[in-house]
Amino acid sequence: METKKTSLYQLHQDCNAKFVEFAGYQMPIQYSEGIVEEHKFTRNHSGIFDVSHMGQLFIYGGEDLITDLEKIFPLDLKNLKLNHSKYSFLMDKDAGIHDDLIITKINEGFIIILNAACKDNDFKILKELLSEKHKMVLDENKSLIAIQGPKSSQILNGIVEGVNDLNFMSGNWFSFKNQKVYITRSGYTGEDGFEISIPNDFADILTRELINKGSKLIGLGARDTLRLEAGLCLYGHDLDKDKTPVEANLKWAISKERISKGDFIGSDIIIKQLNDGVRKIRVGIKPEGRIIAREKTKIFNQSDVHIGEITSGTFGPSVNGPVAMGYVENEFSKKDTKVFLEVRGKKHPANICGLPFYKKSYVKGANK
Amino acid sequence: MSEVKYSKEHEWIKLEGDVATIGITKHATEMLGDIVFAELPEKGSNVEKDGTAGVVESTKAASDVYTPVSGEVVDTNQAIVDDPSKINQDPENSAWFFKLKIKDQSEMDTLMNKEDYDKFAKETSA
Repeated sequence: METKKTSLYQLHQDCNAKFVEFAGYQMPIQYSEGIVEEHKFTRNHSGIFDVSHMGQLFIYGGEDLITDLEKIFPLDLKNLKLNHSKYSFLMDKDAGIHDDLIITKINEGFIIILNAACKDNDFKILKELLSEKHKMVLDENKSLIAIQGPKSSQILNGIVEGVNDLNFMSGNWFSFKNQKVYITRSGYTGEDGFEISIPNDFADILTRELINKGSKLIGLGARDTLRLEAGLCLYGHDLDKDKTPVEANLKWAISKERISKGDFIGSDIIIKQLNDGVRKIRVGIKPEGRIIAREKTKIFNQSDVHIGEITSGTFGPSVNGPVAMGYVENEFSKKDTKVFLEVRGKKHPANICGLPFYKKSYVKGANK
Repeated sequence: MSEVKYSKEHEWIKLEGDVATIGITKHATEMLGDIVFAELPEKGSNVEKDGTAGVVESTKAASDVYTPVSGEVVDTNQAIVDDPSKINQDPENSAWFFKLKIKDQSEMDTLMNKEDYDKFAKETSA
């Protein structure tokens, strides 16, 4: 299958991107300044991310769509306000995670943002579950551009007036060059920022305007170090079908209201795990020295017993040291528990720690 | 004055008397991206030609560093362990990795000169 290109492909080339194939797309891993500089620029200033490879699923419907979606997602969708977003998961009956996603209530129904590698399978699963009752469109005609970092609000507001008024995890329709664009205040870097859903033909010009106002394109490499410092999960690494949201330490994303009633896919297992506890759980892990423990690194306790595995690990440019996440047996998951990471045959000391590694600065109230 | 030679694993080596200074090439650092971790061989240890003699890691991945000749490690550059970004800044000079007291001078003959290496680097990265 030929690899796909996003609407920003030419712009990436113009900005000297190094490309990698990711989920069937040619995507920029980094530009000329490199991952560390791109990471820091996002934290200190403003970075633009082409996330057009992600799925933008529109599901149209009213009250019965809400009822049907509540059988799928562990969310209180009846009380989700118009233009508000929630983080959630698509699970199987054993509460294994097919995908993690952001769902936003719009007038006509819902927009769901899906991982690129999962979107086609998600569509198939949802189509079967909703049995053709509701119109579903996995929109290939729209690009998704994220702008993240402390200067982003000022920069974007200079182009699309009014975005400043959005609160974190909410969105609205705006106009850009007479095009309807849907913008949410959200992102996956631990910074304040926005995601802009825009017709493909206008993605390039919007991005060039953002660059003219001082933002810079940032590659997938820095996106990974940013999200890991922020303690956020990457599907296919920290989350997959063999892990449940409770094991992934994401129970905050499951509606308490819905747990009391059950009645969503995977609810039996979720309720059981919430009551009885889990055997393994996701934790933050901070190596003591500079050693980087990458995905699949084995974790040992002080008695040299294998107790878990790293699922994401890299060097955190803002932390200025190595950071990792992984799953360990529950009894070793307490903060400050000493563990050992086996890297190239040697065991290196590390400590279980809280997440995030880097403090978030999301905007809670509108800056008017 | 001694000629700098290069290996197919993208190390450079400069011989002065029987002591060789070894590092990784600018081309290697460009391929790796930002280097954030470096591990060097232990002083006093012996390393064999084409064997592993260290590790560098970028934000993306770990890569072994090989030694282009055999010998005893007589010095290592702690400065690049303390601040690995120095390797990106000055790879073929102050950011050397280790020094070897070499065993067999003829091993130098198997390595490339600058012109051949530049050609090799260009061909293999294309």
